[in-house]
Amino acid sequence: MNKRPFAITLDVGSSRANHTGSWRVERPVYVERLPPCNDACPAGENIQGWLYEAESGDYAAAWHALVQENPFPAIMGRICFHPCETACNRVKVDEAVGINAVERFLGDYGLAHRLSLPPAGPPSGHRVLVVGAGPAGLSATYHLRRMGHEVRLVDSAAQLGGMMRYGIPAYRLPRDVLDAEIARVIAMGVDVQLNHNVEDIARERDEGGFDAVFLAVGAQLGKRVDIPAGDSAKILDAVSFLHRVAEDDAPMLGRRVVVYGGGDTALDAARTARRLGATEAVIVYRRTQEQMPAHGEELEQALGEGVTMRWLSTINQVDNDTIMIEKMRLNDEGFPESTGEFEQLGADAVVLALGQETDLSLLETDGRVRVRDGVVQVEPDLMTSVRGVFAGGDAVPANRTATVAVGHGKKAARGIDAYVRGVALESRAKHELATFEHLNTWYYSDAERTQRPELEKVRRQDNFEEVVLGLTERNALFEARRCMSCGNCFECDNCFGVCPDNAVMKLGANAKYEIDYDFCKGCGICAHECPCGAITMVPELI
Amino acid sequence: MTKRPIHFYQVGSFAVGNRLLSDGDRTVQSDAARTNSIDSGHRACQGCGEALGARYALDAAMRATRNRVVAVNATGCLEVFSTPYPETSWHIPWLHSLFGNAPAVATGVAAALRVKGRDDVRVISQAGDGGTVDIGFGTLSGMFERNDDVLFICYDNEGYMNTGVQRSAATPPAARTATTEVVGPQPGNTFGQGKDLPRIAMAHDVAYVATATVADLHDLEAKVERAMSFRGARYLHILVPCPLGWGSASNETIHVARLAKETGLFPVFEAEYGVVTSVSKIRRLTPVQEYLMLQRRFAHLFGKNPRPDIVTHLQEMANRNIERYGLLEDEVARPRHARTEVQV
Repeated sequence: MNKRPFAITLDVGSSRANHTGSWRVERPVYVERLPPCNDACPAGENIQGWLYEAESGDYAAAWHALVQENPFPAIMGRICFHPCETACNRVKVDEAVGINAVERFLGDYGLAHRLSLPPAGPPSGHRVLVVGAGPAGLSATYHLRRMGHEVRLVDSAAQLGGMMRYGIPAYRLPRDVLDAEIARVIAMGVDVQLNHNVEDIARERDEGGFDAVFLAVGAQLGKRVDIPAGDSAKILDAVSFLHRVAEDDAPMLGRRVVVYGGGDTALDAARTARRLGATEAVIVYRRTQEQMPAHGEELEQALGEGVTMRWLSTINQVDNDTIMIEKMRLNDEGFPESTGEFEQLGADAVVLALGQETDLSLLETDGRVRVRDGVVQVEPDLMTSVRGVFAGGDAVPANRTATVAVGHGKKAARGIDAYVRGVALESRAKHELATFEHLNTWYYSDAERTQRPELEKVRRQDNFEEVVLGLTERNALFEARRCMSCGNCFECDNCFGVCPDNAVMKLGANAKYEIDYDFCKGCGICAHECPCGAITMVPELI
Repeated sequence: MTKRPIHFYQVGSFAVGNRLLSDGDRTVQSDAARTNSIDSGHRACQGCGEALGARYALDAAMRATRNRVVAVNATGCLEVFSTPYPETSWHIPWLHSLFGNAPAVATGVAAALRVKGRDDVRVISQAGDGGTVDIGFGTLSGMFERNDDVLFICYDNEGYMNTGVQRSAATPPAARTATTEVVGPQPGNTFGQGKDLPRIAMAHDVAYVATATVADLHDLEAKVERAMSFRGARYLHILVPCPLGWGSASNETIHVARLAKETGLFPVFEAEYGVVTSVSKIRRLTPVQEYLMLQRRFAHLFGKNPRPDIVTHLQEMANRNIERYGLLEDEVARPRHARTEVQV
């Protein structure tokens, strides 16, 4: 018999015999929620995923994570209007994470270190015709090649890139960056045919023996309006203007250039005119600054370069070296209406930036592809009313941005893949959105956003040097670490640390945690103190 | 262009751990191999702040002493929920004696170790606020006065909780307890009573006195480590919210402790040899009602017959702490859009 102290009859036992988990009425469960940046990204990037890699300084891993969805990080980091930053939860703490700046840093890192895109997939035996080598067509090409489909990429222009080359000026997107990122996609093995105008889509498909077609012809035609004009008045549209500048064939505009319109293209045209030597670049827009569809940052840069604005004005008459504008006012519904007040402005040329239309003449002989309001009608998988013919980018109803087009390219590639393999496109269930209310922001260090430097204004006047500059590595790392990882565990150890019952087990790096339900009393501290909202409390069923 | 050096690890200094931090910069609690001085299966209520505070403090002491710790425990919640015969939750050498004599017993343990020449083994004595400010007060003062080599830790949940929530001399004014009912013109606990034990300890001129809360783990662990670097009598006072006695939600234990500090009601500071050497500044100054409204023991100050006069009185107490300890950051003008050079 064991010798025990006086009056002690039982050996000491561990309290682990007492399974306090039986007290529980709610259980903590680890969840993954959809970060708002990812939700907002038109290209479907896993932004939080690549920021997570960048946070540890592994930029190559971050780059590889990024290009899973979008093969153009250096381009996107320059021209994307980053709806991710608008959606970012950090806006409610201090300022949005500079996602776009980090993306550009990673894109430039990838180019500098010659990182390669994932290889083409094993040949599937299917052939796809992609019409249009803009962001939608190139993105579709990239994803189709990864799926192993053979791609013929045709474009009517002399070079690849579509509106990224012929619409976006070089001071926003330097051509060496554009060329390098496109070349990476083409290097996956793509049959490219430039200067090739597709006149009849059905014939082109049948003659080439293609299993599917992706129409990504963009919106290349500048809209015209009827303005009374004198014979010698110089009027041109912004799309052709920018196109000719991109081809080194800039038209002579004169000293005083008036741009008519309020979109990003109007700003691009005015800023380009300044660089070509116009001493006055005036944008005439019939509504107010608040109603302007152009993005705020671009407007700010344009104003900084000496572009001037005439809000609430329309052009009524264009003559040789003057124009007549009429002042407008907003009526009660917020629409502009005439005031009858006129003003004469000096103008050597007028550039119309009133929107773009899609040239769909290639569909006319077939006639079965359904078109409404000048754009191609598509199903959610981007298939048109003709089986095997898909469409995306500016040619379908959507926001006309390069990022949306890149997203369409990916989506169409998925739709085409399912179609040629004869399977149904599997829909991916989305996680619940990680809203700000899910976060406990106490735990995030106070850190204001790092601003990207800009080229000095005086150095922007007569050249197409890039205006917005990149972040240094240290600043990019800092910016990446401002990410709050909304809705997804980033292994901060809070749940493991704050449990009063040691009922959270830490499984080691990247393996995260597990709840020990034998001892978890369901107090909920772990869920409450989780910074990123990756734990939810679920009622216990009896 | 201003230069502002920032060591920035996303959640570096607030969360328990972080994958981006080097091992040396992580908390003891983030270590999968931490002692877990008090183990699972203990019978503390859901969301018990004291169970959490005890593990935080003792695990840190274990690391600071290379696992050479003896703990002497007064009677109280911590003892009752951790050691119902014949079970124990303790993973460290642990003694329990009476409610009032834990400091004296610790003095004896320290003396015995001295006699045995074991200066590597360190003694910690611990109690709730009742065992500290009321029942154990005499022996604690004696331990301070003799400067015995003991760290005394008070886990302050502001009342006698396991016996049914009675008032102690650490219960705040206006709080409802079983012995300070919500009756009469001044409902709840009386203003102007109670003891401020950290300041009493400082008056003994002991080597080290500090306060902490379970809401700031980095700070708490640093203070335990600092305390273990001294010999002689030391005192650590940790605020540990009690969901049962305070009437707060079990998942808000840490949140409530954080607000106690952010309102100024519970000043967090450290002092050496009777002089305050550092204070934890308030990060997001919060009005006291945000703290009070989370707790049913203060529910009579709000609702149908609110008592804004009493809330104001409590706010004045917080303001007094803010002034006395200098709890607010100096206002530094900082442009919101300043370009910064950062050091990562």
